[in-house]
Amino acid sequence: MSEIIRLTCIECPLGCDIEVTKNENGLDIKGNSCPRGKIYAQNEITMPKRVLTTTVRCENGGLVAVKTSAPVNKSDLLDLMQVINKCVAKLPVKIGDVIIKDLVEGVNLIATDNREVK
Amino acid sequence: MFDVAVIGGGVVGGMILRQLTKYKLTCVLLEKESDVCACQSRANSGIVHSGLDAKEGTLKAKFNVAGNKLMPAVCEELGVKYQNNGSLVVAFNEEEIEILKTLKARGEANGVPGLRLIDKEELKSKERNISNNAVGALYAPTGGIVCPYGLTIASIGNAMDNGAALYTDFEVCAIDKREEGFILHSVNGGKVEAKTVINCAGFASDKIASLIGDSSFKMGARRGEYILLAKNQLVNSTLFFTPTAKGKGVLVTQTVDGNIMLGPTSEECEGNIPTTSASGLDYIISKAKQMCDNVPFYDTITSFAGVRAYCDRHDFVIEQSKVDNRFINVAGIESPGLTSAPAIAEYVVNELIGSLMQLIPNESFNGKREVDFSELTIAQKNEIIKKDASFGKLVCKCERVTEGEVLRAIRQNPPATTIDGVKLRTRSGMGRCQGGFCQARIAEILAKELNIPLEQVTKRGKGSEIVMGVSK
Amino acid sequence: MITSYDIVIIGGGPAGLAAAISAYDSGARNIVIVERDERLGGILNQCIHNGFGLTRFKESLTGPEYSGRFIEEIKKRNISYLLNTAVLSLTKDKQLTLINAEKGIFNVKAKAVILAMGCRERSKGALNIAGSRPAGIFSAGTAQVYLNLKGYLPGKRVVILGSGDIGLIMARRMTLEGAKVLAVCELMPYSSGLKRNIKQCLEDFDIPLYLSHTITKIEGDKRVSGVVVSKVDENKKPIPGSEIHFDCDTVLFSVGLIPENELSTGASVELSPKTKGAIVYQNRETKVEGIFACGNVLQVHDLVDFVSEESEIAGKSAADYVLNGAKEKNGIAVNAGMNINYVLPQIIDKNQKGHVKLFFRVSNTFKDCVIKVASGDEILLTKKKKVAVPGEMETLILTEEKIALSQGEIKVWLEEEGI
Repeated sequence: MSEIIRLTCIECPLGCDIEVTKNENGLDIKGNSCPRGKIYAQNEITMPKRVLTTTVRCENGGLVAVKTSAPVNKSDLLDLMQVINKCVAKLPVKIGDVIIKDLVEGVNLIATDNREVK
Repeated sequence: MFDVAVIGGGVVGGMILRQLTKYKLTCVLLEKESDVCACQSRANSGIVHSGLDAKEGTLKAKFNVAGNKLMPAVCEELGVKYQNNGSLVVAFNEEEIEILKTLKARGEANGVPGLRLIDKEELKSKERNISNNAVGALYAPTGGIVCPYGLTIASIGNAMDNGAALYTDFEVCAIDKREEGFILHSVNGGKVEAKTVINCAGFASDKIASLIGDSSFKMGARRGEYILLAKNQLVNSTLFFTPTAKGKGVLVTQTVDGNIMLGPTSEECEGNIPTTSASGLDYIISKAKQMCDNVPFYDTITSFAGVRAYCDRHDFVIEQSKVDNRFINVAGIESPGLTSAPAIAEYVVNELIGSLMQLIPNESFNGKREVDFSELTIAQKNEIIKKDASFGKLVCKCERVTEGEVLRAIRQNPPATTIDGVKLRTRSGMGRCQGGFCQARIAEILAKELNIPLEQVTKRGKGSEIVMGVSK
Repeated sequence: MITSYDIVIIGGGPAGLAAAISAYDSGARNIVIVERDERLGGILNQCIHNGFGLTRFKESLTGPEYSGRFIEEIKKRNISYLLNTAVLSLTKDKQLTLINAEKGIFNVKAKAVILAMGCRERSKGALNIAGSRPAGIFSAGTAQVYLNLKGYLPGKRVVILGSGDIGLIMARRMTLEGAKVLAVCELMPYSSGLKRNIKQCLEDFDIPLYLSHTITKIEGDKRVSGVVVSKVDENKKPIPGSEIHFDCDTVLFSVGLIPENELSTGASVELSPKTKGAIVYQNRETKVEGIFACGNVLQVHDLVDFVSEESEIAGKSAADYVLNGAKEKNGIAVNAGMNINYVLPQIIDKNQKGHVKLFFRVSNTFKDCVIKVASGDEILLTKKKKVAVPGEMETLILTEEKIALSQGEIKVWLEEEGI
């Protein structure tokens, strides 16, 4: 018995249509134009993952943009937002600064913008 | 106790209020909305009619022609945009030419100067985009255009500069008659005492009159829809269709700011909430196409509706109430009400108020208002920027409005407290992006100036908050 | 004393930044970027989502990260820029009137000008939607400013009209920040957004996408209280009886971008009615000598990577113009033929060296089709496509040799196979 699953790759703007065939030998992945698409398809079948981008409140009341340093489980996105929304970032912030260490194991929340003390 | 309370902050109430401050009178303007100019003075065609189509002998005819003469000087004094662009009533067949002849005779009887029938050729030379189906027109050289909200706000602001008071969010719900005057109650529990009352409450003026037991007239409302296009040289004069029994119909005109305005429709409506309809907007488009070629519909900026009040007497009601002569009704001021407003104001104050109390000229009255920043020369602007850097910060890039102008609108009389209030006073958000770039910035300035959190900044009063809370 | 610059760049967004760096690296020095906002970066400052830079940097960056890399390069080169400064006018003699708080209204002169003003969002007003005008109506970009830069939630129950990328991105953003997005409606039978955004912004959050639907009425007095959504027929006319009512407090409009060319027309720069941007040669020079254009003010791009690439051409060309003067041109027109919406550049100057990358958009959704480029009877290029959609910009490289072969007008068209 094999099952065919069709996916749209979200790794880049090409948006490749990927066809994954699930059979006793594992996954047969077709339609991706690059290795990233293959990894995406594997994850999407087993545990879909997304990079979360959002904002964090700064200590002066402003906001700074942030993202997870690696994809996190898609099903956890809204729960993670709850955690992130409680966080207040110390200023100054520079692109790449860790705002929350180990937001989930091995994945940090990092700044994607610069904010001065103002 | 005020000498006079004016109910309704539209153009009629505003012009009357200003006229009152020319005399030593204490007066107050009561407005039910959070800002003045909230209803029909805000959403109308902005036409200064020549006065050719009001029936001879009516108040409409009398005040229209008189108001048309006063308008240029009033606008000059108040720094309100006005343009004498002339108007053309266009005929599309011989039958309509006959109607134009009748109209011309009527206009002349009303005292409209310079009326002239022009042929197709002359029409085409005046208006290069006029439809080829047009066969002639009646030209009225005294026709003009004015900024209706500019006039309303400037007249109220100028009256306030000269001592008049303004109470917003003051919806009159009860009036007690006393020997020395009236006590006016608002739905919020406010109270104002005044010796005389002038009822300029527009759509609600019958309701207000009924509060003292005057039921001598009844108001109705018609909805007028408009389409506003980007700045364009499509037409020079204001173009009307030949009127029918139903009224003047859809017009095509430039506004004083250079935009093209199409409309209005005219449809009976129940309430006072201005809404547009798909059929109304389609109708305007079809009429505009009938009038002109090359109408740039792709440059539509917005569409909107205004609700205009009319009275069952089908003429202006401008009189002391039969119930109590200290209560003056100024009601049913439908088109040509905007044009008539300066003349109505003179008559109401000088004659009707004058018959009730002594009018002593107010020597300190200053009819001039600070000139808009946008109207200054570059050298004058730079002088101001040197003193106040906020005039060097552009906030609205489409209409070129600076932070200084926004602040002035919030601080000047009558103070703007809402996004729409700032928009009406500065044009910020009226341009091609419709506030896309500037709205958030203006909301921030309002929050700071009014010392409120941004979540409490509204579009036009309570219940119209711009955002619904803080994120996080 | 009027300040003179070799190159004035109008706009400090992705286009202006890339143009400035490229102009500098091509030898120009006396350059200034004029930016109306308080920081460089333009629209990217509010685009906090990722997916930028995959072509250029081979990694997925967020908007501020992408622009941050260019701003660093600007600073390394000490290229000057004026913040909080708006351009009020530009003449064809390249005199500019600027306004800012420090200097008031003042003039500057330029040898070359690069137009990099980007675009604005088409507003709700342009659509003639029936109903009232309550609070709660936003263009998607304005909602993005409130949410991503100011920290306010524009609304709680949201309907979005338009499935362009900004609309899709905002559907996800609003959802993550706690709002309920009830529907995304799209007038066309296809989305103009990227497929990946349909997947990760809508499908991930079970937000329904209604294709061939539009908002036909907005309800509410002070605040939006609901909308009526109708299905449309093949002529995009609402079908009576198909109405769906949504109770919502907010409507977002993501209904297209319009190049912001008011300054350009003031300088007599001729615009294309199709792109609403300037008509340009392959070096991105407009028909007004010494005025160049790039980025979204020239054509609305899908990807910022393409904006940067295009702007580098404009920057290099402006530097060349300033350093080496104007050159004789031998222009041939490049025209859009059957099934092609537009092609850019609109003119190829045969005297200019190098290959030319043609950018174009198809006019409908096509499957198994061939794109052809020809000059007279000479077929210069053919390219087979499995799928071509208007939402995705197509490119083709026309080599120097092919250009040399061209006699007269070059035409680009699309043929459906099997016809």
